[in-house]
Amino acid sequence: MKHARILLNHAPERGPLHAIEDDGALRLDDGQRVPFEAVRWLPPLAPVPRARSIFALGLNYADHAKELEFKPPEEPLVFLKGEASLIGHREHTVRPADARYMHYECELAVVIGRTARHVKRDQAYEYVQGYTVANDYAIRDYLENWYRPNLRVKNRDTGTPLGPWLVDAADIHARPGGPMNLALQTTVNGQITQRGNTRDMVFDVPFLIEYFSAFMTLSPGDLILTGTPDGVVDCPPGAEIVTSIEAIGELHNFIRQG
Amino acid sequence: MSAAPWQPAGTVYGVLLNFRNEYERWQPRMHEAPYKAPPQAPVLYVKTANTGNPDGGTVAVPTGMTGVAGVEAGAAIGLVMGEHGPVACALLNDFSLPHASYFRPPVKFRCRDGFLGTPRQTVPLTSLADLATLQLQVHVNGALRQTVELSQLMRTPATLLAEVNAFMTLRPGDVLMLGCDVGPDGQRPLLQPGDTVTLTAPGFAPLTHHIGTEALA
Repeated sequence: MKHARILLNHAPERGPLHAIEDDGALRLDDGQRVPFEAVRWLPPLAPVPRARSIFALGLNYADHAKELEFKPPEEPLVFLKGEASLIGHREHTVRPADARYMHYECELAVVIGRTARHVKRDQAYEYVQGYTVANDYAIRDYLENWYRPNLRVKNRDTGTPLGPWLVDAADIHARPGGPMNLALQTTVNGQITQRGNTRDMVFDVPFLIEYFSAFMTLSPGDLILTGTPDGVVDCPPGAEIVTSIEAIGELHNFIRQG
Repeated sequence: MSAAPWQPAGTVYGVLLNFRNEYERWQPRMHEAPYKAPPQAPVLYVKTANTGNPDGGTVAVPTGMTGVAGVEAGAAIGLVMGEHGPVACALLNDFSLPHASYFRPPVKFRCRDGFLGTPRQTVPLTSLADLATLQLQVHVNGALRQTVELSQLMRTPATLLAEVNAFMTLRPGDVLMLGCDVGPDGQRPLLQPGDTVTLTAPGFAPLTHHIGTEALA
């Protein structure tokens, strides 16, 4: 099943609502069907009592590491983001006025479903609630070599579109290869610019859950953005960027001049 | 029965190299690899929710992790954000495992369970200017180990807030820590299993934590 969180355009005061995908439309919990065009999409995450931990991986596809002139890391290169950077499907991401190189990163995002501590990789999938698509934009002009990638590059307001769907883990785990056999693709104004497959991750999803839970407790709603493959390009103002992952969804985003 | 202790409602951010003393010690190396240039923007990091450890709790030093010689105390003031800027302060102990390199994000050094000591209550903030003369003290097993002077900040609270808010909005409940100084020896106080660390500052309740061990699987 595919879950969304939305605001109704005609009744935003009803607040964020849960909906599921139903034959090309959205079905609300009260049974009402609404077309995709009648809603504002939010990140497909239920609220959590404490700030959710949002992990993101750098250089987690061997080809992307090569593209950036880095050796693939021997242990995960992980950085953290705040929830304020998240926006939903079909929202706008700001390109700073002085940026010369801003690129998307199409990433499989894992949503944790159960409290996880000292989880072994063989059990890791039991702790996943579901999967969604993240676009982890980077403004490369602002890269500095202090706690790199630094937050000014990676934790900007509007800088992390997420969605449109949270797909139940069971639906993905039932597929051959599970989450580690999904095609990724990004288009800029309809032109394909990035192609990859999650099977090429350096550190796969079970490894990452084991790795993080070895030194910290993961809580329901925590997110792991698993990195991006080769093929990142500059995103000019006005561009429509579509990051998509097989069986999970197509995440649309628009670049707005800051 | 006392009320439940305060916990940060939002995301907690820390900042590196925001005290003159530590900055100046690093300055000669800032142009060397891998840094290649002094930092321009504030060097920020996130303390995840699992780090929260209320007053009186125990902080576990991992045993069997190569090179770990203890846990560093990090006396810090955190600004607690409201709708329109900071509304309160918290005396926090921003624990970290020592790490000599500041090149990569410090998740496994700073985000371990229990690595942010949090007070029972925050203190209302009337004016950021009042913080300029604040002194924090670090006591280990009853002996004074470090005095931190907020007059020695590289970026004042107002400047830091402005530079951070320029690219990421601090939301109500988020916390921005002002930094952790090093002592005259260039180090933060290193704590060992069995130690008790207490932070004090005028106007704030003392904040105490015990150091224990965590056997790694």
